[in-house]
Amino acid sequence: MEIQAPHIDWAGLSPLLALTGGILAVLVAALVTSGRAQRIAVSAMSLISLAAAAAACAWQWGERDDLLAGALRLDELGLAVALIAIASAAFCIPLSWREEAADRAVGPVGHGEFQLLLLSSALGMALLASSQNLITLFVSLELLSIPLYALCGSNLRRRESLESGLKYLVIGSLGSATLLYGLAFVYGASGSTDFTGIREGIGGDVLSDPVLLIGIALAATGLAFKLSIAPFHQWTPDVYQGAPTPVTAFMAVATKAAAFAVLVRFFDVALGPAAGDWQPALAALAAVSIAVGNVGALGQSSLKRLLGYSGVAQAGYMLVGVVVATEAGISALVFYLAAYALMNLAAFAVIALRERETGFGDDIRSVEGLGAERPALAWPLTISMLALAGIPGTAGFIGKLFLIEAAVEGDYTWLGVAIVIGTMVSLAYYLRVVAAVWMRPAPEPAAGVPAIAGGSPDAEAARADELARPEPNATPERRSLTVVALAIIAGAATIFFGVVPSPLVEWAEAAGEALAPFLS
Amino acid sequence: MGFLNYVVWLPLAVGVACFLVPRRVAPWLALAGALAVLGLAIGLVVDFEAGVAGIQHSVDESWIPELGVRYQLGVDGISIFLILLAALLWAGATAFSALRGEPGDPARSRLYYFLLGLGETATVGAFMAQDLLLFVLFFDLMLIPFFFLIGAFGGANRIAATTKMIVYTLVGSLLMLVGAIATAILVSQETGELSFALADLRENLLAAGSQEWIFCFFAAAFLVKMPAFPIHGWLPDAYRAAPLPVLVLLSAVLSKVGAYGFLRIALPLYPDAAVTFQEAILVIGVASVLYGSVMAFTQTNVRLIAGYSSIAQLGFITLGIFALRPDGADGAVLHMVNHGLVVAPLFLIIAILFARTGTEDLREMGGMATRAPVLAALFLVVTMATLAIPGSANFIGEFYILNGLFQEKVVYAVVASAGIVIAAFYALRLYQRTMHNRLPEGMVSRELSLREAAVLAPLVACIVALALWPGLILERGEASVEESLAAVEPTQVAER
Repeated sequence: MEIQAPHIDWAGLSPLLALTGGILAVLVAALVTSGRAQRIAVSAMSLISLAAAAAACAWQWGERDDLLAGALRLDELGLAVALIAIASAAFCIPLSWREEAADRAVGPVGHGEFQLLLLSSALGMALLASSQNLITLFVSLELLSIPLYALCGSNLRRRESLESGLKYLVIGSLGSATLLYGLAFVYGASGSTDFTGIREGIGGDVLSDPVLLIGIALAATGLAFKLSIAPFHQWTPDVYQGAPTPVTAFMAVATKAAAFAVLVRFFDVALGPAAGDWQPALAALAAVSIAVGNVGALGQSSLKRLLGYSGVAQAGYMLVGVVVATEAGISALVFYLAAYALMNLAAFAVIALRERETGFGDDIRSVEGLGAERPALAWPLTISMLALAGIPGTAGFIGKLFLIEAAVEGDYTWLGVAIVIGTMVSLAYYLRVVAAVWMRPAPEPAAGVPAIAGGSPDAEAARADELARPEPNATPERRSLTVVALAIIAGAATIFFGVVPSPLVEWAEAAGEALAPFLS
Repeated sequence: MGFLNYVVWLPLAVGVACFLVPRRVAPWLALAGALAVLGLAIGLVVDFEAGVAGIQHSVDESWIPELGVRYQLGVDGISIFLILLAALLWAGATAFSALRGEPGDPARSRLYYFLLGLGETATVGAFMAQDLLLFVLFFDLMLIPFFFLIGAFGGANRIAATTKMIVYTLVGSLLMLVGAIATAILVSQETGELSFALADLRENLLAAGSQEWIFCFFAAAFLVKMPAFPIHGWLPDAYRAAPLPVLVLLSAVLSKVGAYGFLRIALPLYPDAAVTFQEAILVIGVASVLYGSVMAFTQTNVRLIAGYSSIAQLGFITLGIFALRPDGADGAVLHMVNHGLVVAPLFLIIAILFARTGTEDLREMGGMATRAPVLAALFLVVTMATLAIPGSANFIGEFYILNGLFQEKVVYAVVASAGIVIAAFYALRLYQRTMHNRLPEGMVSRELSLREAAVLAPLVACIVALALWPGLILERGEASVEESLAAVEPTQVAER
């Protein structure tokens, strides 16, 4: 008897294989090296595997196929989001070189562990973005999340980091459990774990089927936790603030991209026939998220908290692309995800560097007077803030234009207006940062101890330990060149795609086209 | 071909180049750039074919085809002189800044001149854009350099003032973005092709119901920009805080983009809504005229006198446009240029007076004319033009506006005429209290320096020249104004 081996499309899996290979290589390299050699060896392995994965994505661009018996879908949406995740990881690795959380010279965790976790999470994102099966969805979501829980807590000497890791673990697990419960209901109602199977299994009328309705509601809730969509966003500012900044940066942009990709597949494809039933609910979530995020960000003095709330609002904008469930909506979403990554990475790079250079932590005072002192840092931060606010000449403007066009075209004009109203409110806090950079004098250096933004009694008590900590950075000028370069690259790309958006628009439209046959 | 590209992008290119040259050279490089742009703009006017409606010198490139956005520029009789005005006043403001060593902190002079260049690019771009989305883009972009110029180089309370200004104006212009997108999408559902080109949108007008809410969005953006009476809250703070050369541009050029937007966008694309809301906008216009005039008469801060008089003058311009008759709109176009030419030297004179008196309070000034006959003479010309004395181009502009309005809505015209009377009061009060009376102790009357005269005299000469030859603008504007109003008028005739 001859056993028929299942057909495996190795080429289609090549981005995932490259990342997996990278994880193994980093693991081995971290075991055999230490200190400075480890940083160089491990970073080289990571960057090479990320580059290989990116090249594989580019190679497979244009292929559309079901992989592994339909567990994964190879198409431009998955590849585009994988590219965003890969690029973010590649951005965050140099960002972490001098970070206390990753550098054993100043902290307890080594580069090996740090980058291993980062790559595993990136692999989870690439998987999640192409999963079209409830099981792969859940497994890859966990693969994405678990390394992130550890990364958030990786700065073992800072209580906020540990608190952030624990908080994220608890909330994230709750979200995962909710999601899993919901997926079980969806399976029960439709009789299939496969997205196309679900699509055929559900009728057009969801409201008459309580099992399916509960399933969709719970699954949406679980995914909303990951996307930090209000009212499931409460963890976001705390976790963003406490986590080491390179991790926050990675988490903010890449997680969002991957989770949105699977949200598109789950709602627009699997639940497409019932669009009329879930659209109002998601539209309401989007509106609430826009309102809550923008209002929440207004009073923040910690830049990471500010970006956390702004992320909640931006997730609301992007959710509009899912709500309309059209090709234009998906294209707009993918464009915005890429633009969002550029804008946020520029800001986080500057914040990470200022955290190390000044004693103010991520407080807004750390960037006051930056325009006069460090124009090379001031410009990327300014561009990032203006782009997030949707000012013309930046990728953020084109992204908003794209989203609003999709909203109006999909008969959700009121959501377009909601985006605009949210943008108006957001100007108040984005411009506050810009004003601090250019219009305020540099503050007096903080005395010795880095400020603990949003400090608690515990944090106050921790000051004694902190005093014993080595100075974060002795010669910032010489050491920070890489980070400055990263910030400038992200800022320049934000402007470039605002002036010459066509390449990125075409790229995003390919993702929309890939799903067009599945949209109803 | 492509000539307009130079006019639009040269200022920004020069602004970027300012970062590459030594600090002390930057102002002079910026000045050379601004003068070059002025030269190009004059060339544009000379080359302009008068009496022809429609777009000249058009540039049309594909930009974001997926989203239906094209890079389309062009000039016509409405925009050509506003572009010239912008180029002239930008050259004036740059020259004034360079000659007086603005900004005070030389370490940041490159940033200052870069922002000026960016502002000119955006403003001229807004005047030239022939694609609705490109217009919105330039309109929004225009604000950013001014946000920085006021916030980083302004006086007391600058950060709050600049934030207030940008929030006010961006609220309007973001609504406009939704309006623009909705217009294009709704039209594309009829034609099957997504296009933001003004020419395409003019051919396929929306249903009256959609026109109305979209018109309101646009009107809000334009009225805030001007600003008009109930939504002028940003003006006093911003005018107090802005550096004076920047204030020249803010008051003389940027306010015109709002009025221009009505003629270029709101009337041709939403004619039915324009007729529906005619009365409402006329009420706003009349209210602006009266409120602005009265406030200008009661204020003691010289900047605010000029600022509130701007509200009044832009009220007149609004009235002229919403008479919805060619005379009124033609007068409005002339008056836009007039007001720009008058208010710019006025702010420069305020700067010159401040340098001598150290105060901007009318009550503490006086007697500045005693030793400065040339300054007094130039100021007198500006004053007379402000109060629209017969013989000035301002008189002709206001005459056309009121003439158009009389034929359409007599009541508004009668009430608005009161504004002309009050204008005489506040303009003369400003002149007398500063130039005449006794010289306060500790102040010296000093004649214009050569550098100050070099900027002020040419601007005043422009006022005189325009008074002698207002037909320069009226003739060229006529055909385009009629084209802009073409969609409005037939409906009105049908109503009668």
